[in-house]
Amino acid sequence: MTEQGTGVRGQGTGGRRARVAVVIFPGSNCDRDTLAGVEAVGGEAVPIWHERSDLAGCGAVILPGGFSYGDYLRAGAMAAHSKVMTAVRRHAEAGRPVLGICNGFQILLEVGLLPGAMLMNRTLRFICREVHLRVERNDVAMLSHYARGQVLGLPIAHKEGNWFAEPDVADWLESQGAVALRYCSADGEFDDDVNPNGALHAIAGLVNRDGNVLGLMPHPERRVDALLGGVDGRGLLRGLVEAA
Amino acid sequence: MNWDAPATAELAREHGLTDDEYRRILDTLGRTPNLTELGIFAALWSEHCSYKSSRVHLRKFPTTGERVVQGPGENAGAVDIGGGWVAVFKMESHNHPSFIEPYQGAATGVGGILRDVFTMGARPIMLLDSLRFGELDAPRMRHLVDGVVRGIGDYGNCVGVPTVGGEVDFHPSYNGNVLVNAMCVGVARRDGLFYGRASGVGNRVVYLGSKTGRDGIHGATMASDSFDERAAEMRPTVQVGDPFTEKLLIECCLELMAAGLVVGIQDMGAAGLTSSLFEMAARAGCGLALELDKVPARAAGMTPYEFMLSESQERMVLVVEPGRVAEVLSLCRRWGLDACEIGEVVDGGEVSATFHGRTAFRLPLAPLVDEAPRYERPLARPEPAPLVTLPDLSARDWGADLRSLLASEQLASAARIFEQYDQSVGAATVVGPGADAALVLVPGTRIGVAATTDCNALACGLDPYAGAAQAVAEAVRNLACVGAEPVGITDCLNFGSPEDEQVMGQFVAAIEGMAEACRAFAIPVVSGNVSFYNDTNGRAILPTPTVGMVGVVDEVRSRPRGRWQDGEVVYLLGPLEGELGASRFMQVALGLEAGPVPPVDFAAEQRAAALVRDLVRKGLAAAKDIADGGLAVAAAELCGGRVGADLEFPAEVSPVRALFGEWHGRFLLAVAPSDAAALVEACAGLPLTRLGTAGGGSLGIRCGTRVWLDERVGRLEELRGRALAFLGET
Repeated sequence: MTEQGTGVRGQGTGGRRARVAVVIFPGSNCDRDTLAGVEAVGGEAVPIWHERSDLAGCGAVILPGGFSYGDYLRAGAMAAHSKVMTAVRRHAEAGRPVLGICNGFQILLEVGLLPGAMLMNRTLRFICREVHLRVERNDVAMLSHYARGQVLGLPIAHKEGNWFAEPDVADWLESQGAVALRYCSADGEFDDDVNPNGALHAIAGLVNRDGNVLGLMPHPERRVDALLGGVDGRGLLRGLVEAA
Repeated sequence: MNWDAPATAELAREHGLTDDEYRRILDTLGRTPNLTELGIFAALWSEHCSYKSSRVHLRKFPTTGERVVQGPGENAGAVDIGGGWVAVFKMESHNHPSFIEPYQGAATGVGGILRDVFTMGARPIMLLDSLRFGELDAPRMRHLVDGVVRGIGDYGNCVGVPTVGGEVDFHPSYNGNVLVNAMCVGVARRDGLFYGRASGVGNRVVYLGSKTGRDGIHGATMASDSFDERAAEMRPTVQVGDPFTEKLLIECCLELMAAGLVVGIQDMGAAGLTSSLFEMAARAGCGLALELDKVPARAAGMTPYEFMLSESQERMVLVVEPGRVAEVLSLCRRWGLDACEIGEVVDGGEVSATFHGRTAFRLPLAPLVDEAPRYERPLARPEPAPLVTLPDLSARDWGADLRSLLASEQLASAARIFEQYDQSVGAATVVGPGADAALVLVPGTRIGVAATTDCNALACGLDPYAGAAQAVAEAVRNLACVGAEPVGITDCLNFGSPEDEQVMGQFVAAIEGMAEACRAFAIPVVSGNVSFYNDTNGRAILPTPTVGMVGVVDEVRSRPRGRWQDGEVVYLLGPLEGELGASRFMQVALGLEAGPVPPVDFAAEQRAAALVRDLVRKGLAAAKDIADGGLAVAAAELCGGRVGADLEFPAEVSPVRALFGEWHGRFLLAVAPSDAAALVEACAGLPLTRLGTAGGGSLGIRCGTRVWLDERVGRLEELRGRALAFLGET
């Protein structure tokens, strides 16, 4: 993907569409889908090459899915050290919205913007399937279009999505409301059968303390068109665009 | 041995060349070739590269049509799909490597087929895999299945092209020789296609991608030889794939092409640099002068022989105008890829190379490519399929038969396989794996591209002509179930040794059957692949001519569905009874493989497919073609483990033919009661029978008051998941 011109600065004021940066690492493969998803909910999607040291004045940033640098060392480990991540970290620390999807979530864990680490799925296999997710937080901007307890249908597609932390850390995170999305049944219930990858506490998505950094394993950008299986991903992307 | 040592007849034999072929080389050159030159001849004259046993028969396929933009002979075929777009597609086998080393064999098969498609300037939008394995309890078989699935998944998932379809089957004839056929479909603008042509004297040859190592040397000659118990020793001839580099290559090459920097482009597949350079030169009618010292090497001390025959993966050859080389190299660097100039296009019909200041080889093009040997091998026409007298079926428990069919590996749900593939990356998958056909949108449009792979090898083993024709017909039906009109075929013809008259007879009959069907349906063959020597210790596989068919939906307005819903009315389109020849019922329930395989009634198939296509496009009906396992299995699949049905056959029919008979272009359709009248009207003039309604928790099929079977749908779904459940475990 060729980087587009970056002449337009500033945020979504005066009728101009809010600009959302989508970072492209070598090996990103959901970048085009994510760019299209942002546009589908009314944002202006701006591809940002990983060697760049700024975010072209975008108000929000997405780290898309894929296999950055082949994920040969450990998912997200190499991308965490790329040049653009300094700008992403600054953006996050300024309280501006950052969304990590799948590999993007793994990268957020690697840079410490979100807690914990990813293990291989408990089957040690790649898993692609439609899952149900319960929205645990809707008081953060990105999830504000959903109701608390609402059940979403989104696809997962990953081999390392088995979120892990020391049990007391996980308990502490629960008490702090860090769990944004959890794998569940179609009725919003939990049992081990509905946890596709073995993630601790069935965690599918986490949010930081200030509510501006969200990471999730499922792919909202693949659910913005009813023809492709549903529109449950629109709310999240719209929440991000509105917060940009 | 030195790379420039004189090549003796004995060396030629070791390279898989016959004595006649060796003499022909001496006559052509008027001298003795050196070892490197011999290696080049052996690779280009191998069955795999030269199609020497198949070429005369492949001409029987219709390859032209209004939509055809590029037929066979290029890296992939291209067909117009409207809106200024073309679909670019091809299927290729990676059978031998996958049997020796399943993970890398399958992975590099996916990598190779992707390169064939993006080389044409097309962005790959979907992958499909047609897989054949032996009995699950045969030695190594579970390991092979697992390794192949992981290899396909890890490669396709990383490059970010969704794997959306394909098929898997099991038969003892594949115990010693599994089949891995990978198909890729890409899309390009009609005016944005690129070709593998080294044209324009003075243009530069640029090498792009991974460095060249010693892996995969002799891959093409291995694929042109039969197997025996020494297969494991060939492991070093299997290449190792790097999907990350492939992903970079896709993006880099598409960007180079979009920027107008490329004159010609080709990937290095079988026989590596040798085939790409010679084929590109031959297509353009130019020569090439190369400097092998400049080829990026992965190991120290590599020789010209190794450079020319390595099958290291993820490598491309570009032809670039001299003034644009710097731009090309700089763009490649941005993608983190190795690229360098290794030679130039020259006048005349010779390809030559220097190495350490000496001539490494100097060879005339024509004898190597266009004038490569062609054989009309002797053949024995196949005997008619053996007929069998069925045992007494009067006291059978049809419910038990359905359960045993669903629990067999042949009819098992492939969900545990598909789940390991990213099916929806690209955010364009309308219908993914597990359906009759896959349906994916052209990025940014509502144009749907559908694809399916089909081959009933059981039928082809019994009657190659009828079986191959039926494979085409089944593909047409499968496309109809997602509303798609067929526009082109790629094929992958997997057979035993062409030196065996019986096998050659099967091969020719299958081609003729497929060609007849292609003509009758007016679907051109635009690309394909032949894989011979699929035999182990003299035992050949079932003839497996796999059809990869691509279809188009001009504007996708609704999602085709493969399940019926509570309250829908269920119809059978087509005759009430099927035929038992080569059926799954005979194979699984009775343990018999016998004919006859009925011929295709093209007119009836055309009418039914056109009708179903229309109903699905309008979002009126859920449609499923009745194929493997017959109506009972199709109905079980439509239940989807959730919604049963009460179906009744109206007249006195043979239960076994009604429930488990196959062939004859039959479909199950399900429509909302409010649409039933519209359906009946649309089907006027075609055999249509109302069977009952969907609903409840069990699938019941009866004839009058006699209940043939009554099974809980949850139980049926559980049985379908059983045989391949091991693929979801750690």
